[in-house]
Amino acid sequence: MRGRISRQRVIQLLAAALFNGYAAGFRKGRIFTGGSKAFCVPVLNCYSCPGALGACPIGALQTALGAKHHFPFYVLGTLMLFGVILGRAVCGLLCPFGLVQDLLHKIPLPKLTVPRRLDRPARYLKYLVLALLVVLLPAFLVTDTSIVPPLFCKYLCPAGTLGGGIPLLLADPNLRKVAGALFGWKALVLAAILLASMSVHRPFCKYLCPLGAFYALFNRFSFFQMRLDEHKCVGCGKCEAACPMQVEVTKDINAPECIRCGKCKAVCPTGAVSSGFARGGASRPAKKEAP
Amino acid sequence: MRSALKTREKTILALRFGALGLAPVLIGIGFFRQEHLDVLQKAVRICLECIGIG
Repeated sequence: MRGRISRQRVIQLLAAALFNGYAAGFRKGRIFTGGSKAFCVPVLNCYSCPGALGACPIGALQTALGAKHHFPFYVLGTLMLFGVILGRAVCGLLCPFGLVQDLLHKIPLPKLTVPRRLDRPARYLKYLVLALLVVLLPAFLVTDTSIVPPLFCKYLCPAGTLGGGIPLLLADPNLRKVAGALFGWKALVLAAILLASMSVHRPFCKYLCPLGAFYALFNRFSFFQMRLDEHKCVGCGKCEAACPMQVEVTKDINAPECIRCGKCKAVCPTGAVSSGFARGGASRPAKKEAP
Repeated sequence: MRSALKTREKTILALRFGALGLAPVLIGIGFFRQEHLDVLQKAVRICLECIGIG
Protein backbone atom coordinates (compact mmCIF):
# COMPACT_ATOMS: atom_id res chain seq x y z
CA MET A 1 0.00 0.00 0.00
CA ARG A 2 2.95 2.33 0.70
CA GLY A 3 3.34 4.96 -2.00
CA ARG A 4 -0.17 4.37 -3.35
CA ILE A 5 -2.82 6.99 -2.78
CA SER A 6 -5.73 5.51 -0.85
CA ARG A 7 -9.37 5.69 -1.92
CA GLN A 8 -10.08 7.77 1.18
CA ARG A 9 -7.47 10.33 0.12
CA VAL A 10 -8.84 10.53 -3.44
CA ILE A 11 -12.36 11.19 -2.11
CA GLN A 12 -11.04 13.76 0.38
CA LEU A 13 -9.14 15.65 -2.33
CA LEU A 14 -12.09 15.62 -4.72
CA ALA A 15 -14.44 16.83 -1.99
CA ALA A 16 -12.08 19.64 -0.95
CA ALA A 17 -11.80 20.75 -4.60
CA LEU A 18 -15.55 20.51 -5.10
CA PHE A 19 -16.49 22.55 -2.02
CA ASN A 20 -13.79 25.14 -2.80
CA GLY A 21 -14.06 25.22 -6.56
CA TYR A 22 -14.02 29.01 -7.00
CA ALA A 23 -10.30 29.16 -7.76
CA ALA A 24 -10.44 32.76 -9.00
CA GLY A 25 -11.39 33.83 -5.47
CA PHE A 26 -7.93 32.98 -4.16
CA ARG A 27 -6.30 35.07 -6.89
CA LYS A 28 -8.62 38.05 -6.45
CA GLY A 29 -8.92 37.87 -2.67
CA ARG A 30 -12.71 37.88 -2.98
CA ILE A 31 -15.36 35.40 -1.98
CA PHE A 32 -17.90 33.72 -4.24
CA THR A 33 -21.30 35.42 -4.28
CA GLY A 34 -23.35 33.02 -6.42
CA GLY A 35 -26.68 31.41 -5.56
CA SER A 36 -25.12 28.08 -4.53
CA LYS A 37 -24.22 29.77 -1.25
CA ALA A 38 -27.84 29.40 -0.18
CA PHE A 39 -27.05 25.70 0.26
CA CYS A 40 -25.06 24.29 3.14
CA VAL A 41 -22.16 21.96 2.42
CA PRO A 42 -21.96 18.92 4.71
CA VAL A 43 -18.53 19.87 6.09
CA LEU A 44 -16.82 22.55 8.18
CA ASN A 45 -15.83 24.79 5.28
CA CYS A 46 -15.88 28.52 6.02
CA TYR A 47 -18.13 30.52 3.69
CA SER A 48 -15.53 33.27 3.84
CA CYS A 49 -12.96 30.99 2.22
CA PRO A 50 -12.29 32.60 -1.19
CA GLY A 51 -12.94 29.28 -2.94
CA ALA A 52 -16.10 28.25 -1.06
CA LEU A 53 -19.10 27.53 -3.26
CA GLY A 54 -21.52 26.74 -0.42
CA ALA A 55 -22.33 27.82 3.12
CA CYS A 56 -20.79 26.37 6.29
CA PRO A 57 -23.61 24.65 8.22
CA ILE A 58 -22.18 25.54 11.64
CA GLY A 59 -21.82 29.21 10.66
CA ALA A 60 -25.32 29.18 9.19
CA LEU A 61 -26.77 27.52 12.31
CA GLN A 62 -25.22 30.12 14.62
CA THR A 63 -26.43 32.95 12.41
CA ALA A 64 -29.97 31.57 12.33
CA LEU A 65 -30.03 31.19 16.12
CA GLY A 66 -28.11 34.33 17.03
CA ALA A 67 -29.67 36.82 14.67
CA LYS A 68 -33.35 35.93 14.61
CA HIS A 69 -35.91 34.61 17.00
CA HIS A 70 -36.75 31.51 15.09
CA PHE A 71 -36.08 27.81 14.92
CA PRO A 72 -33.50 27.04 12.19
CA PHE A 73 -35.62 24.56 10.19
CA TYR A 74 -33.61 24.79 6.99
CA VAL A 75 -30.10 24.35 8.39
CA LEU A 76 -31.16 21.70 10.89
CA GLY A 77 -33.02 19.74 8.20
CA THR A 78 -29.98 19.88 5.92
CA LEU A 79 -27.65 18.70 8.69
CA MET A 80 -30.07 15.93 9.62
CA LEU A 81 -30.21 14.74 6.00
CA PHE A 82 -26.42 14.56 5.71
CA GLY A 83 -26.24 12.92 9.15
CA VAL A 84 -28.79 10.19 8.50
CA ILE A 85 -27.32 9.30 5.10
CA LEU A 86 -23.61 9.42 5.88
CA GLY A 87 -23.10 9.78 9.65
CA ARG A 88 -19.48 10.60 10.38
CA ALA A 89 -18.37 9.42 6.94
CA VAL A 90 -18.62 13.16 6.29
CA CYS A 91 -15.68 13.63 8.71
CA GLY A 92 -13.58 10.77 7.40
CA LEU A 93 -14.18 11.20 3.68
CA LEU A 94 -15.39 14.71 2.87
CA CYS A 95 -14.08 17.26 5.38
CA PRO A 96 -11.22 19.44 4.06
CA PHE A 97 -10.01 20.27 7.58
CA GLY A 98 -9.95 16.54 8.35
CA LEU A 99 -7.78 16.11 5.25
CA VAL A 100 -5.38 18.81 6.49
CA GLN A 101 -5.06 17.03 9.84
CA ASP A 102 -4.58 13.65 8.13
CA LEU A 103 -1.78 15.03 5.94
CA LEU A 104 -0.05 16.69 8.88
CA HIS A 105 -0.15 13.40 10.76
CA LYS A 106 1.93 11.88 7.93
CA ILE A 107 4.90 14.03 8.97
CA PRO A 108 7.38 11.62 10.53
CA LEU A 109 7.36 12.85 14.12
CA PRO A 110 6.83 10.81 17.30
CA LYS A 111 3.14 9.87 17.54
CA LEU A 112 1.27 10.24 20.79
CA THR A 113 -1.66 8.24 22.06
CA VAL A 114 -3.64 10.23 24.59
CA PRO A 115 -4.09 8.12 27.76
CA ARG A 116 -7.53 6.57 27.90
CA ARG A 117 -8.52 8.23 31.17
CA LEU A 118 -7.89 11.64 29.57
CA ASP A 119 -9.03 10.78 26.07
CA ARG A 120 -12.48 9.41 26.91
CA PRO A 121 -13.79 12.39 28.89
CA ALA A 122 -12.12 14.85 26.51
CA ARG A 123 -14.15 13.40 23.63
CA TYR A 124 -17.26 14.90 25.25
CA LEU A 125 -15.82 18.42 24.86
CA LYS A 126 -17.09 18.61 21.29
CA TYR A 127 -20.66 18.02 22.47
CA LEU A 128 -20.19 20.87 24.95
CA VAL A 129 -18.91 23.12 22.14
CA LEU A 130 -21.95 22.20 20.03
CA ALA A 131 -24.44 22.70 22.84
CA LEU A 132 -22.95 25.83 24.35
CA LEU A 133 -21.17 27.86 21.65
CA VAL A 134 -23.27 26.86 18.64
CA VAL A 135 -26.78 26.41 20.06
CA LEU A 136 -27.49 27.62 23.59
CA LEU A 137 -25.56 30.89 23.85
CA PRO A 138 -26.72 32.26 20.47
CA ALA A 139 -30.30 31.12 21.14
CA PHE A 140 -30.56 32.59 24.63
CA LEU A 141 -28.46 35.75 24.34
CA VAL A 142 -30.16 37.10 21.22
CA THR A 143 -32.68 39.89 21.83
CA ASP A 144 -34.97 41.96 19.62
CA THR A 145 -32.39 44.72 19.44
CA SER A 146 -29.09 42.85 19.43
CA ILE A 147 -27.57 39.93 17.61
CA VAL A 148 -25.10 37.39 18.96
CA PRO A 149 -21.92 36.91 16.92
CA PRO A 150 -21.11 33.37 15.77
CA LEU A 151 -19.13 32.51 18.91
CA PHE A 152 -17.64 29.23 17.67
CA CYS A 153 -16.51 30.87 14.41
CA LYS A 154 -15.19 33.93 16.21
CA TYR A 155 -13.16 32.28 18.95
CA LEU A 156 -12.49 28.67 18.06
CA CYS A 157 -12.94 27.62 14.44
CA PRO A 158 -9.52 26.85 12.91
CA ALA A 159 -11.04 26.11 9.48
CA GLY A 160 -12.16 29.72 9.15
CA THR A 161 -8.69 31.03 9.95
CA LEU A 162 -6.97 28.59 7.60
CA GLY A 163 -9.44 28.67 4.71
CA GLY A 164 -10.78 32.21 5.04
CA GLY A 165 -8.65 34.44 7.26
CA ILE A 166 -5.16 33.68 5.98
CA PRO A 167 -5.92 33.73 2.20
CA LEU A 168 -8.00 36.92 2.50
CA LEU A 169 -5.44 38.71 4.63
CA LEU A 170 -2.67 37.71 2.23
CA ALA A 171 -4.64 39.07 -0.72
CA ASP A 172 -6.11 42.23 0.83
CA PRO A 173 -3.85 44.86 2.45
CA ASN A 174 -6.87 46.68 3.91
CA LEU A 175 -7.92 43.59 5.84
CA ARG A 176 -4.34 43.18 7.08
CA LYS A 177 -4.50 46.69 8.55
CA VAL A 178 -7.55 45.88 10.69
CA ALA A 179 -6.41 42.45 11.90
CA GLY A 180 -5.70 42.68 15.62
CA ALA A 181 -5.76 40.69 18.82
CA LEU A 182 -8.65 38.48 17.73
CA PHE A 183 -6.78 37.36 14.64
CA GLY A 184 -3.74 36.71 16.85
CA TRP A 185 -5.87 34.49 19.10
CA LYS A 186 -7.36 32.61 16.16
CA ALA A 187 -3.94 32.11 14.59
CA LEU A 188 -2.74 30.72 17.92
CA VAL A 189 -5.67 28.26 18.08
CA LEU A 190 -4.99 27.19 14.49
CA ALA A 191 -1.26 26.77 15.12
CA ALA A 192 -1.91 24.70 18.28
CA ILE A 193 -4.31 22.39 16.41
CA LEU A 194 -2.03 22.00 13.40
CA LEU A 195 0.98 21.28 15.60
CA ALA A 196 -0.99 18.79 17.68
CA SER A 197 -2.15 17.08 14.47
CA MET A 198 1.42 16.09 13.69
CA SER A 199 1.56 13.87 16.78
CA VAL A 200 -2.07 13.14 17.66
CA HIS A 201 -4.44 11.94 14.96
CA ARG A 202 -7.20 14.48 14.19
CA PRO A 203 -7.25 16.28 17.55
CA PHE A 204 -9.82 18.81 16.36
CA CYS A 205 -12.23 16.10 15.17
CA LYS A 206 -11.80 14.06 18.34
CA TYR A 207 -12.16 16.82 20.91
CA LEU A 208 -13.57 20.07 19.53
CA CYS A 209 -15.54 19.85 16.29
CA PRO A 210 -19.25 20.63 16.84
CA LEU A 211 -20.15 19.29 13.40
CA GLY A 212 -18.50 15.97 14.20
CA ALA A 213 -20.48 15.94 17.45
CA PHE A 214 -23.72 16.48 15.55
CA TYR A 215 -23.02 13.73 13.01
CA ALA A 216 -21.89 11.39 15.81
CA LEU A 217 -25.50 11.38 17.05
CA PHE A 218 -26.49 9.66 13.77
CA ASN A 219 -23.58 7.23 13.49
CA ARG A 220 -25.33 4.17 14.88
CA PHE A 221 -28.34 4.39 12.58
CA SER A 222 -27.15 6.26 9.48
CA PHE A 223 -27.60 4.53 6.12
CA PHE A 224 -23.84 4.34 5.60
CA GLN A 225 -22.58 1.73 8.06
CA MET A 226 -19.50 -0.28 8.87
CA ARG A 227 -20.11 -4.02 9.24
CA LEU A 228 -18.19 -6.74 11.05
CA ASP A 229 -18.73 -10.34 10.04
CA GLU A 230 -18.26 -12.09 13.36
CA HIS A 231 -17.89 -15.44 11.63
CA LYS A 232 -14.90 -14.25 9.64
CA CYS A 233 -13.28 -12.29 12.48
CA VAL A 234 -10.30 -14.12 13.99
CA GLY A 235 -9.80 -11.59 16.79
CA CYS A 236 -6.29 -10.60 15.70
CA GLY A 237 -6.86 -7.00 16.84
CA LYS A 238 -5.23 -5.47 13.75
CA CYS A 239 -8.32 -3.34 13.08
CA GLU A 240 -8.28 -1.80 16.54
CA ALA A 241 -4.55 -1.15 16.34
CA ALA A 242 -5.01 0.59 12.97
CA CYS A 243 -8.03 2.70 13.98
CA PRO A 244 -6.95 6.34 14.22
CA MET A 245 -10.01 7.21 16.34
CA GLN A 246 -9.41 4.36 18.85
CA VAL A 247 -12.75 2.71 18.14
CA GLU A 248 -13.23 -0.76 19.63
CA VAL A 249 -13.96 -2.23 16.20
CA THR A 250 -14.80 -5.75 17.34
CA LYS A 251 -17.14 -4.56 20.10
CA ASP A 252 -18.78 -1.42 18.70
CA ILE A 253 -17.92 -0.89 15.06
CA ASN A 254 -20.42 1.93 14.52
CA ALA A 255 -19.46 3.84 17.65
CA PRO A 256 -20.05 7.62 17.54
CA GLU A 257 -16.29 8.15 17.17
CA CYS A 258 -15.98 6.08 13.97
CA ILE A 259 -15.32 8.40 11.01
CA ARG A 260 -15.60 5.58 8.44
CA CYS A 261 -12.06 6.16 7.15
CA GLY A 262 -11.81 2.47 6.21
CA LYS A 263 -8.45 1.80 7.83
CA CYS A 264 -9.88 -1.19 9.76
CA LYS A 265 -11.20 -2.59 6.50
CA ALA A 266 -7.85 -2.17 4.78
CA VAL A 267 -5.87 -4.08 7.43
CA CYS A 268 -8.32 -6.90 8.14
CA PRO A 269 -6.61 -10.14 7.01
CA THR A 270 -9.86 -12.08 6.60
CA GLY A 271 -12.10 -9.46 5.01
CA ALA A 272 -14.39 -9.45 8.05
CA VAL A 273 -14.85 -5.67 7.96
CA SER A 274 -16.90 -4.08 5.22
CA SER A 275 -18.80 -0.86 4.70
CA GLY A 276 -21.68 0.36 2.61
CA PHE A 277 -25.22 1.64 2.57
CA ALA A 278 -27.79 -0.38 4.49
CA ARG A 279 -30.73 -1.09 2.20
CA GLY A 280 -33.52 -1.13 4.71
CA GLY A 281 -32.92 -3.14 7.84
CA ALA A 282 -30.17 -2.64 10.34
CA SER A 283 -26.80 -3.89 9.15
CA ARG A 284 -25.98 -7.31 10.49
CA PRO A 285 -22.96 -9.48 9.94
CA ALA A 286 -23.39 -11.93 7.09
CA LYS A 287 -24.33 -15.48 8.01
CA LYS A 288 -21.61 -18.10 7.93
CA GLU A 289 -21.74 -20.04 4.70
CA ALA A 290 -22.51 -23.75 4.87
CA PRO A 291 -19.44 -25.94 4.22
CA MET B 1 -31.19 -12.43 23.27
CA ARG B 2 -32.88 -12.74 19.87
CA SER B 3 -35.77 -10.49 20.90
CA ALA B 4 -33.35 -7.89 22.22
CA LEU B 5 -31.60 -7.90 18.84
CA LYS B 6 -34.92 -7.56 17.08
CA THR B 7 -35.93 -4.61 19.27
CA ARG B 8 -32.57 -2.97 18.61
CA GLU B 9 -33.00 -3.47 14.89
CA LYS B 10 -36.49 -2.00 15.00
CA THR B 11 -35.24 1.04 16.91
CA ILE B 12 -32.48 1.58 14.35
CA LEU B 13 -34.97 1.33 11.51
CA ALA B 14 -37.38 3.74 13.19
CA LEU B 15 -34.64 6.28 13.84
CA ARG B 16 -33.17 5.90 10.35
CA PHE B 17 -36.41 6.32 8.44
CA GLY B 18 -37.82 8.79 10.97
CA ALA B 19 -34.84 11.11 10.45
CA LEU B 20 -34.92 10.54 6.70
CA GLY B 21 -38.57 11.55 6.62
CA LEU B 22 -38.22 14.49 9.01
CA ALA B 23 -35.21 16.13 7.33
CA PRO B 24 -36.96 17.04 4.04
CA VAL B 25 -39.96 18.33 6.02
CA LEU B 26 -37.68 20.66 8.00
CA ILE B 27 -35.92 21.78 4.81
CA GLY B 28 -39.30 22.40 3.17
CA ILE B 29 -40.54 24.51 6.11
CA GLY B 30 -37.23 26.41 6.00
CA PHE B 31 -37.65 27.11 2.28
CA PHE B 32 -41.23 28.23 2.85
CA ARG B 33 -39.97 30.68 5.49
CA GLN B 34 -37.21 31.74 3.09
CA GLU B 35 -34.48 30.78 5.54
CA HIS B 36 -32.23 29.82 2.64
CA LEU B 37 -32.13 33.49 1.71
CA ASP B 38 -30.81 34.32 5.20
CA VAL B 39 -28.10 31.70 4.69
CA LEU B 40 -27.27 33.19 1.27
CA GLN B 41 -27.20 36.73 2.62
CA LYS B 42 -24.72 35.75 5.33
CA ALA B 43 -22.57 33.55 3.08
CA VAL B 44 -22.00 36.05 0.27
CA ARG B 45 -20.45 38.64 2.59
CA ILE B 46 -17.06 38.21 4.21
CA CYS B 47 -17.78 37.12 7.79
CA LEU B 48 -15.29 39.24 9.74
CA GLU B 49 -15.79 37.22 12.94
CA CYS B 50 -15.15 33.96 11.10
CA ILE B 51 -11.81 35.10 9.69
CA GLY B 52 -10.68 36.66 12.96
CA ILE B 53 -11.12 40.36 12.28
CA GLY B 54 -14.07 40.69 14.64
